[in-house]
Amino acid sequence: MDISTVIETKPKEDIPEINPGDTVRVKMKIIEGERERSQTFEGVAIRVRPGGAGANFTLRKVFHGVGVERTFPLHSPRLEKVEIVRHGKVRRAKLYYLRQLSGKMARLKVKSRAKDEIR
Amino acid sequence: MISGLIGRKIGMTQVFTEDGTMEAVTAIEAGPCTVTQVKTADKEGYNAVQIGFGEAKYISAPEQGHLGKLGSFKHLREFRVKDTADVELGYRVDVSLFQPGDLVDVSGISKGRGFAGTVKRHHFAGGPKTHGQSDRHRAPGSIGAGTDPGRVLKGQKMAGHMGDQRVTVKRLKVVKADPDRNLLLVRGAVPGAKNSLVEVRKSEAGD
Repeated sequence: MDISTVIETKPKEDIPEINPGDTVRVKMKIIEGERERSQTFEGVAIRVRPGGAGANFTLRKVFHGVGVERTFPLHSPRLEKVEIVRHGKVRRAKLYYLRQLSGKMARLKVKSRAKDEIR
Repeated sequence: MISGLIGRKIGMTQVFTEDGTMEAVTAIEAGPCTVTQVKTADKEGYNAVQIGFGEAKYISAPEQGHLGKLGSFKHLREFRVKDTADVELGYRVDVSLFQPGDLVDVSGISKGRGFAGTVKRHHFAGGPKTHGQSDRHRAPGSIGAGTDPGRVLKGQKMAGHMGDQRVTVKRLKVVKADPDRNLLLVRGAVPGAKNSLVEVRKSEAGD
C-alpha cells in the first residue's frame, strides 16, 4: 500500500478548479467563541499547491493599502463555497511577484472567454 | 482477549477532523494476523498469544514444524494477555480490534542514525558559532571535573550509535480503523522507517 492511496481525495463537485491568477471568492465557516458564522474572502490566487488531503491555495488581496494573504486547505470541511470571479492571464505558477507591485501594476489581464472554452 | 496486532508502517499524512482542524496521522497496514501459539500460565508460566503476520515465501523446517498447517508467516510476535480462555490456534484478528478514539501503544525499530555526535544524539547545544571559534561548533564541551574524581563518570552523555533500537510510543489516538483495507490511522508519529514492522497494542488504562 502506498501512502498516496491511503486517504482518498475526490475532487469536490462544488469546488471549481482553481488556477493561479484567478480571482476567487471563498466562503468559510469560522467559529467565534460559541457562535459559528460565515466569512467571505476574495482575492487573487497566487499559488495553488497540490498534495492530496493537504492541498491548499493562497489568496491575496490589498485591504486598506495593506496586503493580506490567506491560505485555504482545499479539502477543509469548513470551506463552504468557492467561486471563480475572474480568470487572470498569467505566465507563471507562483505569483509572488505581485507582492512587489501595487495599484495599477498589480492588475492581471482577464483571460478571454473563447480561450477558456477551448481548454 | 488479544490486545495487539503486527503491522507495517506506510507513512504519514494529514486528515481533517469533523470540526475542520487538521491532524497529522501515521498510516499502518495492520493485520490480519493469525494466532500461531497460545501460551498459558500452566504450561509456559505466563499467559501470552503468539501471532503471525505477512506471507513468507520460504520458512525453515523448524518453523514449518511449529506452524503446521496454519500457513507460513514472515513475522511472529508475542503479546501478553490476561487470560487465554477465548483464543485458540488459528484464530484471525484484524483491525476491527480497534475503534476510533481508542488509545494504542506502538512499538517499532527506530531509524538508524549511525555514529551520531552529542548535538544530534543528546540535544547538546554545541559551541558558539562566532567570536573566534574554530572546531568547537558541535563539540560536547567538558565531560567532567579535574583530578578529583580523575575519571569520567559512568553514564556521561557522549557521541555514539544512535537509533536502530526498539522504541515504544504510548497513548496514540486511533483516528480510523478500516478492516476492509487493513488500514489503521493513528494520530502522531510512530518509530521506524516506511515499510518497517510495528506492533500496535491497546494502551492499558492509567499507563
